[in-house]
Amino acid sequence: MLQEHCKLLALFKQTGEIVGRKKLQKIIYIAKKLHFPFYEKYQFHIYGPYSEELNLRVEEMSHLTFVEEVKENKGGYYQYRYSLSKKGEEFLQLSEYELPEAKGVFQNMNQQSSRFLELVSTVLFFEDLSKEEVKEKVFTLKAKQNYTDEEVENAYKYIDSLRNMLVQ
Amino acid sequence: MAGRFGILDEEKVFKDPVHRYIHVRDELIWELIGTREFQRLRRVRQLGTTYLTFHGAEHTRFNHSLGVYEIMRRMIENMEKKEPLWDPEERLVCLSAALLHDIGHGPFSHSFEKVFHTDHEEWTREIILGDTEVNRVLSGMGADFPKKVADVIAKTYTNKLVVSLISSQIDADRMDYLLRDAFYTGVSYGQFDMERILRVMRPTEDQAVFKISGMHAVEDYIMSRYQMYWQVYFHPVTRSAEVILSKILHRAKELYEKGYEFQDKPKHFSSLFAGKMTLEDYLKLDESVILYYFQEWQEEKDPILQDLCCRFMDRRLFKYIECDPSVQMEIWPELNQLFTKIGLEPNYYLVIDSSSDLPYDFYRPGEEEERLPIHLLKPNGDLRELSRESDIVEAISGKKRTDHKLYFPKDLLEDKSKFAEEKQRILELLMAQEG
Repeated sequence: MLQEHCKLLALFKQTGEIVGRKKLQKIIYIAKKLHFPFYEKYQFHIYGPYSEELNLRVEEMSHLTFVEEVKENKGGYYQYRYSLSKKGEEFLQLSEYELPEAKGVFQNMNQQSSRFLELVSTVLFFEDLSKEEVKEKVFTLKAKQNYTDEEVENAYKYIDSLRNMLVQ
Repeated sequence: MAGRFGILDEEKVFKDPVHRYIHVRDELIWELIGTREFQRLRRVRQLGTTYLTFHGAEHTRFNHSLGVYEIMRRMIENMEKKEPLWDPEERLVCLSAALLHDIGHGPFSHSFEKVFHTDHEEWTREIILGDTEVNRVLSGMGADFPKKVADVIAKTYTNKLVVSLISSQIDADRMDYLLRDAFYTGVSYGQFDMERILRVMRPTEDQAVFKISGMHAVEDYIMSRYQMYWQVYFHPVTRSAEVILSKILHRAKELYEKGYEFQDKPKHFSSLFAGKMTLEDYLKLDESVILYYFQEWQEEKDPILQDLCCRFMDRRLFKYIECDPSVQMEIWPELNQLFTKIGLEPNYYLVIDSSSDLPYDFYRPGEEEERLPIHLLKPNGDLRELSRESDIVEAISGKKRTDHKLYFPKDLLEDKSKFAEEKQRILELLMAQEG
């Protein structure tokens, strides 16, 4: 029952609280690119790869009280905090769903800033291009974010480190 | 823009029930329409299984793609007349992207993508950049032209205004499908004044905005989107047909993987089932091919595949009850056990369908969102997000918009010739959930 929802609940169980929809969006996208079985459909948007399907699925889980959603007013915008509820945990247990062994990559991603994960997911979105072409994409499509050369290099290193964590 | 295509000696027109006429003046567009990849869209319905609910919904991706092109042509014509921000070099990129934005859609593509984890946008890119007639035509405008068109459709083109015209909260694609789907389904609530919206549209660096004097036309568009979402796109009977369609595809794939001997070998599906589908294989799949196999599989030995195909072809769909999985989880193990006991595989005959499984959404203003909201342009040049100015839009924004339905074959449960007690218990459990 609701297997795609269960995958997200299983992720929340591993990460603990995730602060910000953007961070959640990027964690799932990066997990997909690392071949975890998430199937939400992504498209490129203002802050990089974004899935309306994921957004709606999380909203459903919040309505079902499987996920606790806290909405904070940050002045010009709202920020959301998500965590697994007791009911969500019961549902997950009942479903018997388990994510493939993640070796800490989800917790690791959750410790990064959403700005950095935005860059990492953008680099992954254009992974078929050369590094120089990716940089050009980042600097033109994300001009307002003012990413530096060093940050892009760090994004590449971070992707390698995640892949290494999974093969160890 | 340099290229081998110019203007046609005589304008071509297509009669269209939504826009009256679709005008083609550019040789490039005329050539693209004639390609085999574009003509294939005539054999892919725009609304998938919706024709089983609204019998008029037989329109295709071909009609819609021409409609999006026509709206884009009118948008550009309006902007060229009065807007210095508009770059005329982008005209043919925009028109080509509008025409080709759905070229990668396959038959019943929503269910297909769910079952086989494919993405029509990747096929779109491959058709535009690969060894195809479309690519050869686009390349006539210059070596980098196909890439530009593909980038606009993928939303990674550097000119964000161009991207927003074809893909944003109010764009040529949505405007055409709302009007067209309303027309062909026969519903009355999909109407809005598109001409007025186009007249008040103004380009900015990142997106098109709308003069505040045109707010009521934009409100109407939002209402239309809201109504179509719940009344047509989320129609529970259509969702039942989609559930059965998905389950047929799942079953066929499962049987193939188990080495089952099909009476009629599904050669069009082989590479798909094996995860090795080429572009050429993909282009051969259209709705007539899918329906041919569904027809054939009605006589297969496998009882599940046979039953599901008969249901789809004869429109003997599953019934549904409203479902709250947070409550349903209490009875789920018993239901599963009972279904298994009476010989109905729960994976195929007891299915929850969620609103997030569907490919449509309605307007929500920006929160910590990734999508630009609709902005209104005030006389002093300030921009205001639509729901902050419009009480109507504010009233329908941010409301509960999720639902879940539980689908099952009620006809089989009502046949009490076997397992009468268990079937009675199942019906009691299900009906108790409905209240």
